[in-house]
Amino acid sequence: MRRINFAFLAIAVLGASLPARSQSGGELRFVLRSEPKTFNPMLVDDESSETIRYLTGGVLIRLNRKTQALEPELAVSWKVSEAGKKIKFRLRDGLSFSDGTPFNAEDVAFTMRALMDPNLHSPTGDSFRSSEGSIHVDVLGARDVSIEFPASVAALDRLFDQVAIVSSHSPKKEAAVLGPFIVGDYKSGSYVLLKRNPYYWKKDAQGRSLPYLDSIRLDIQQNRDLELLRFRRGEIQLINSLDASYFESLAKEAPAAVRDSGPSLDSEQMWFNQVPAAPGPDYKKKWFGSANFRLAISVAVSREDLCRVVFSGHARPAVGPVSPANVFWFNASLQPHPHSPQGALRRLQQDGFRLDGRVLRDAGGHPVEFSLITNSGNKSREQMAAMIQQDLEQIGIRLNVVTLDFPSLIERISHTFDYELCLLGLVNVDLDPNAQMSVWLTSSSNHQWNPEQKAPATPWEAEIDRLMKSQASTTDQNQRKVYFDQVQKIVWEQQPFIYLVNKNALSAVSPSLKNAVPVVIRPQTYWNAEDLYLAPERPGGH
Amino acid sequence: MKTIRRVASGFLSIIFLATLFAGILAPAPYAKQFRESPNASPSRLHLLGTDELGRDLFSRLLYGSRVSLLMAPAAALLATIMAASVGGAAGYIGGWIERIVMTCTDLAMSLPWLFLLLTVRAILPLNVPPLGSLLITFMLLGLLGWAASARVVCAGARSLRSSDFVLQARACGSTPLRVLLRHVLPNLRPILFAQFLTSVPVFILTEANLGVLGLGVSEPLPSWGSLLRGIENWSTVQANPWRLAPLVLLLLAVSSFQLILPREGFVE
Repeated sequence: MRRINFAFLAIAVLGASLPARSQSGGELRFVLRSEPKTFNPMLVDDESSETIRYLTGGVLIRLNRKTQALEPELAVSWKVSEAGKKIKFRLRDGLSFSDGTPFNAEDVAFTMRALMDPNLHSPTGDSFRSSEGSIHVDVLGARDVSIEFPASVAALDRLFDQVAIVSSHSPKKEAAVLGPFIVGDYKSGSYVLLKRNPYYWKKDAQGRSLPYLDSIRLDIQQNRDLELLRFRRGEIQLINSLDASYFESLAKEAPAAVRDSGPSLDSEQMWFNQVPAAPGPDYKKKWFGSANFRLAISVAVSREDLCRVVFSGHARPAVGPVSPANVFWFNASLQPHPHSPQGALRRLQQDGFRLDGRVLRDAGGHPVEFSLITNSGNKSREQMAAMIQQDLEQIGIRLNVVTLDFPSLIERISHTFDYELCLLGLVNVDLDPNAQMSVWLTSSSNHQWNPEQKAPATPWEAEIDRLMKSQASTTDQNQRKVYFDQVQKIVWEQQPFIYLVNKNALSAVSPSLKNAVPVVIRPQTYWNAEDLYLAPERPGGH
Repeated sequence: MKTIRRVASGFLSIIFLATLFAGILAPAPYAKQFRESPNASPSRLHLLGTDELGRDLFSRLLYGSRVSLLMAPAAALLATIMAASVGGAAGYIGGWIERIVMTCTDLAMSLPWLFLLLTVRAILPLNVPPLGSLLITFMLLGLLGWAASARVVCAGARSLRSSDFVLQARACGSTPLRVLLRHVLPNLRPILFAQFLTSVPVFILTEANLGVLGLGVSEPLPSWGSLLRGIENWSTVQANPWRLAPLVLLLLAVSSFQLILPREGFVE
C-alpha cells in the first residue's frame, strides 16, 4: 500500500511540474513593441521579426542562452576547418518541416546559397561576408553538407545560430519551418499568433513532444505603460525587458513576478569628439585628444551613483566594451575607474589645468566648458547627463546638457561632427568581439570618436587595429581572447569611450508561467520557449 | 463673476510673488542633488519630497514656476507686439498689403510649429548655458506665436479704418503713421490685452509640451515642462501622488489666466 502511495505521490509531483499529455500547455501571451517587418527569416533586421524567427526557425546550431555554449540542433555534429573557411555538418535524421516535407542536406545548401546571394541583401548573410567571392556548398549525402567560404570567418559556427533553415522544395517556401512554432495567424497592427509545430522533432526527458505550449500570441503594442498594465491584469505573462522604474514599481506589488538576471550585455557610454576637422576651437580639440583629460573626466563621474540613483541599483559600473555578462570575453583583470574628484584634478594638473576659484582653466586660461548631447525622450539618459553635470561641476567644469531629437543627433555625430561630448548606449546582441569590429577599426564609419581614418591617428589606435585583425584571423579561441583582452586594456587606459554602466537584464514573468529562466542574452525570457507552459489557473491565483 | 476673477487674480499674484522670492522661500538650491534620498516622500526637509535625482521638488517647483510664469508672459508680449505691428498696419492700410500680410499669416499658422521648433533647436549652437537655452526657447515661442493674434488684430484695425474718429483725424491732415499710432492702436488695446492674456497659457503649455519631449529648458534649470516629465510614468504617480503638484499648479495658473480675460466686447 505504501509503495502505491509513493507511486501516486511521484505522479502527482510530476503532474504538478509538467502538463499532462492530454492537458493543454496553454497560450502564452506577450508583447511585440513594433510591427514585424518580415516573416522571411533571411531578411530579418528588426527585433520583432527576430522574435518570430527565433520561435519558428530551426537552426543547425543553437547558442544556449544560459550556458553561452553552442549546442547541436538540426545538426548532430559539425567541424570547422581550414582556419575558419570551411564547415561540415552532419544532420539529424528523420526530421520534417511544419508542412510534412522531409528535411535533408539539400535544404541546408539551398538556404546558404539563398542567404549569400548578394541580390537578396540579407543582413544575416552579411555577417558571413568577410571578403569578396562566393561560397561553395557541397551536398555530400542526405545528411552531410559542407560549406566553404571565400575567406576565414571568425566564430563561424556561432553565426549559424541566426540561420533558420528553409525548405528547398516545400510549396509553402519559408512558411514551412523547423522550429517549435509556426505562424498561425497575423493581423497587421494587432497580433501574430504562433501555433505549435506538429512536426517539431524535440521531445522531453519523458519522451513527450515539445513544445508544451499550444500557442503564443504576440500582441503588437508600443506603449510600455499599457504593457505593464496588461501584465498586472494577467493579460500577458511576460515582459522581456523592463526599465528600472517599472521594475521597482512592479516589484512592490508582485515581487515573485520580477526577475533581475544581473548585468546585461548593454552599456551606456560617452565619448569626446576627436575628429580633427570638426568645428570648434583648437584648444578644445587638444583637451579631447588627451588621454589624461579623458581619464580625468572618467574618474570624476560617480558610476556607483549612476547605478544607484538612475537605475535604482539595477546596473553595474562598466569597465569597458565587454560586459561581465559575457563570461568568456570579459577581461576580468580590469576594474571600473573609481570615483575620485581629487584624482581627476591631479590628472588635469599634469596637463596644465588649474582651478581658478570654482572654475577650471587650461594652460591658456580658457575656462573648461563643453556640451554633452544625448537623445531626447530617454529619461534615464537625461538623468545620467544631469548627474554627470553635477559631478563635473565639482571639479570646476561647466557642462551644458543638450537633448536633441534622434535624427539631429545622428546628423551631428555622423556627418557634421558638430558636437563635443555625446552620451549614448550600445545594445549588444552578440557575444563575439567580431560583432564590434566596425566600432574598433579606425577605417570604419562606426569608429565613433574619429571615424573613417585613412591611417590610424594615434599609436594606440593602430595597435587596436592590429589586435582586432589578429583576433579575427585566428580560430584558436584562447589566442583570440588574449588579443581581445589587450584591446580592452588599451580602451580602459585611453578611454576613447568612457563606459559608464552596464544595465541589468530586468524582466517580468507571471508566476503561472513555468520553466521560465530569464537570462541576460536576448531573448531573455523566452529563449527556452519549447520548455515553457502555463500552469492551470487556480481560483484566486494570478 | 467678479469674485471669481478676483480670486483668480489673487491666486496668480500669490504665485508670482512666491516665484519672485523663490531664493528666500526655497529650502534648497534647485539643482542640488541629495543623492542619498532620491524619490523621497514629503518631509520637513523636503516639503514635496524629492525627484528621481534627489532634488528638492518644492524648490524646483518654485524656480520652475518663476521660469514659466515670467518667461511665458515675456514671450506673449513679444508675440503681441509683433501681432500689433503686423496685424495693425495691415488692417489699417488694407488693400493688397493686407492680402499679402494675411497670406503670410496663414502660411505662418499652417507651419507645423513643433517640427519647426525641433529644427531651429537642432541648428542652434550647443554651448549655450541653461539660462541662454531658456531665453532662446521662449524667444522662439514668441517669434512663432504671433500669427493667430495678428489675424484678430488685423480684423479689429480694419473695423476702425472707416470709423468717424479716424476719418476726422485724416481730414485734419494727420499722417497715416500718426493715425495708426495715436488713434488706431490705442483703440486696439482691449484686443491686444485679450490676445496677450490668451497667449500666456498657450506658451506655458507649449513649453510644457516641449519639456515633456525633453526639448525645452535644459538641465538643471527647472520649468513646468521639465517638472511634468516626473509624472510620465503612471505607476510613479500612483506611488507618489504629490508628484502631481506641478500639474495642479499649471492647471490652476492656466485656468486663472482664462478667468481674468475680459468677457465683454473688446472695443469699449
